[in-house]
Amino acid sequence: MSAPLENSAGLTAIAMSGGLDSSVVAWLLAQEGRPVVGLSMLLWDRSEEASNGRCCGALDLGDAKRVAQQAGIPHYTLRMDQEFREKVVDPFVGDYLAGKTPSPCVACNTWIKFDLLWQKARAFGAEKLATGHYARIIAGPEGPELHTATNPEKDQSYYLFELSAEQLAASQFPLGGLTKTRVRELAREAGLAVAEKGESMEVCFVAGGVREFVESEAAAAPERFKILSDRDGAGDLGTPALLVDSEGNELGHGEPYYRYTVGQRRGLGLASANRLYVLRIEPEANRVVVGGDDELFAPGLSAERLHWIGPPPDGSDRGVEATVKIRSRHPGVAARIRSLPGGLAEVDFETPQRGVAPGQAAVFYDGTRVLGGAWITGALR
Amino acid sequence: MDGTGYNTDSMAAVYLDHNATTPLDPRVREAMLPWLGERHGNPSSLHAFGQAAKNAVEEAREKVAALLGARPPEIVFCASGTEANNAVLFDLAFAAGSRATPGRIVTSGFEHPSVREAANRLGERGFEIDRIAPRGGTVDADEMIAALEARPNRPPASLVALMLANNELGTIQPVGQVAYAARALGVPVLCDAVQAVGKMPVSVVDLDVDALVLGGHKFHGPLGAAALWLRKSFDLHGYLVGGSQERRRRASTENVPAIVGLGAAAEIAARELPERHRHLAALRDRIERGLSEGAEIPEARIHCADRLRLPNTTHIAFSGVEGEALLIRLDLAGFAVSTGSACSSGTVEPSKGMLAAGFSSEEALSSLRVSVGITNTEAEIDAFLGALAREVAALRRLAPVPVSR
Repeated sequence: MSAPLENSAGLTAIAMSGGLDSSVVAWLLAQEGRPVVGLSMLLWDRSEEASNGRCCGALDLGDAKRVAQQAGIPHYTLRMDQEFREKVVDPFVGDYLAGKTPSPCVACNTWIKFDLLWQKARAFGAEKLATGHYARIIAGPEGPELHTATNPEKDQSYYLFELSAEQLAASQFPLGGLTKTRVRELAREAGLAVAEKGESMEVCFVAGGVREFVESEAAAAPERFKILSDRDGAGDLGTPALLVDSEGNELGHGEPYYRYTVGQRRGLGLASANRLYVLRIEPEANRVVVGGDDELFAPGLSAERLHWIGPPPDGSDRGVEATVKIRSRHPGVAARIRSLPGGLAEVDFETPQRGVAPGQAAVFYDGTRVLGGAWITGALR
Repeated sequence: MDGTGYNTDSMAAVYLDHNATTPLDPRVREAMLPWLGERHGNPSSLHAFGQAAKNAVEEAREKVAALLGARPPEIVFCASGTEANNAVLFDLAFAAGSRATPGRIVTSGFEHPSVREAANRLGERGFEIDRIAPRGGTVDADEMIAALEARPNRPPASLVALMLANNELGTIQPVGQVAYAARALGVPVLCDAVQAVGKMPVSVVDLDVDALVLGGHKFHGPLGAAALWLRKSFDLHGYLVGGSQERRRRASTENVPAIVGLGAAAEIAARELPERHRHLAALRDRIERGLSEGAEIPEARIHCADRLRLPNTTHIAFSGVEGEALLIRLDLAGFAVSTGSACSSGTVEPSKGMLAAGFSSEEALSSLRVSVGITNTEAEIDAFLGALAREVAALRRLAPVPVSR
């Protein structure tokens, strides 16, 4: 049992998933001797499924509790599964069925960790929220700035682009300057129960294959999702999509459209002299457009829900020069971002980029600093 | 936070959640220790070790019987209140096994989950369940009695299950009145008295029920020891079968140390009940006076203050305050309370019992249950009132943050 806080002024809440990173954050802050409280979110209650090593499983929450005990800090588990479903899981399934490649970790940070959890932490008396993200918050002349982690391999700043300056002001990322190796060393030195734990998976709520997950969710609650190939509304998930090349020539029927991902090469089931890739998914027509590697390159992208972390840069309507990442592992490309009315944007790349996928985030960087980003709706041609 | 610092006088946490569980009385522990150390024996054994263990169990049985005004052979020791409640309810299904139509269970809308869920199971097996809403915190005896009477096209009532005191609101239910009518109609009555025993006088003679359940850890006895009192004529078919322990009503080698502890707790409770009742009521009233007279906490609403209640429980709503946040703030400051039943804490769903009693979801979610115990002091209560005023004010000052993005 942790002792009551002697003085809770400056209380910091730590988002504890039970994984290695947030456990080390908890231990580091507890070592500093300032008032802290660990908070875990019960996000996805599928206790019957094996969930070890995944960020939102019930087993991991037990690990969080154990680490909190080891660090001698108070800890509470908060049930937030309804909100998680509404803000993260359902949009994920909906995007998938709309032929997009969703990025649920961004939505989880934006709506769950740094909004709902932060609101709760504030109600408990917290003034700061610390998480295990690999990113840095640096005080700038116009307020707090979001920067990449010092170790580029672990950088998670991409997933945080939708935070506001106010949210950054209330947040702490103590691991932003550390390597994963160092973090694991710290966990071992502290003797934390989770020191040897593996990496969490990217989509924590999907235990098996994404396609199977999407299909089972859609089949379980067809009223919540629109299956675009289901013209007669019979709830049929399995209508095979028509595969066409970019000139519209029919190449045959494949799997249902939502089973394809832009950039995918394997499993098209088409005999062709050239390697074929998925270029575009057209759910309304139940068509999947395929083509050669050269056709996968686009000179730019269109996007929606444009977000700047601070005030919009001067002249953002005329164009802002930045490095743009079009998926989390993308090295980035020099580009010009043009802001359009209604939160829309267009991004022109300096050199054409491969695999622009609707549903992914385009995140804008100025060196190590994250300026903002937007959600990709399509490739410019 | 207001920056004044919390709980600087004492680093010890104050426990105000005695309806969840109570600390073990040191005298009870003393009584148990020999049976966790040098003494041992299986009460079914014929040798001296067995006889000594048997004697210890039978002495405990006498003490528990004395606390309830019952005869020792009517006491069945078991491991938990849940087990005892389940046993009586599931026995109905066992008895109904050969009959064409299962019967009907009349119960309240805010029983403990061990009664509620067991009744649901019987519902799945064809029993009809009549749940009488405990409007305002108390079941209306006439309404429940009316439900006992034979109805056309409905199976006859086969059992009444009514708690003596509600775990959340602390309200006392009209068990005696219902049982009096039920006896005339030939319907047996199960009374879950887990929250009542040790806090108020409980007599099976006065209540005139057929089965009554108590749990040791709610009145400073050990965890894992409970008792089911059964009227001699009440036929329990045996839900754990095997050996002939507990007069074949519950097979299992007796948990001698726990049973000895339960007996000691019962003996102490019987002796000290008037004093305990005064102490608990004085502390509870001190909290409620502090809330209404001190006016440091505006808009605190005490639930069911006009009803018959347990002396140790107060249930308070603070409008505009989320109970979960208040509980965590108080815990961080060193005061342990509850937002509802312990079984449902950690979720933000309003308590089923509160909703059944007619409270709104909003009211339920902004409520706190404070249950004092015999070891609490006036100084602790005063410190609690100070912390409560501070935390409620802090939560009310906290406007929702606009998250701009």
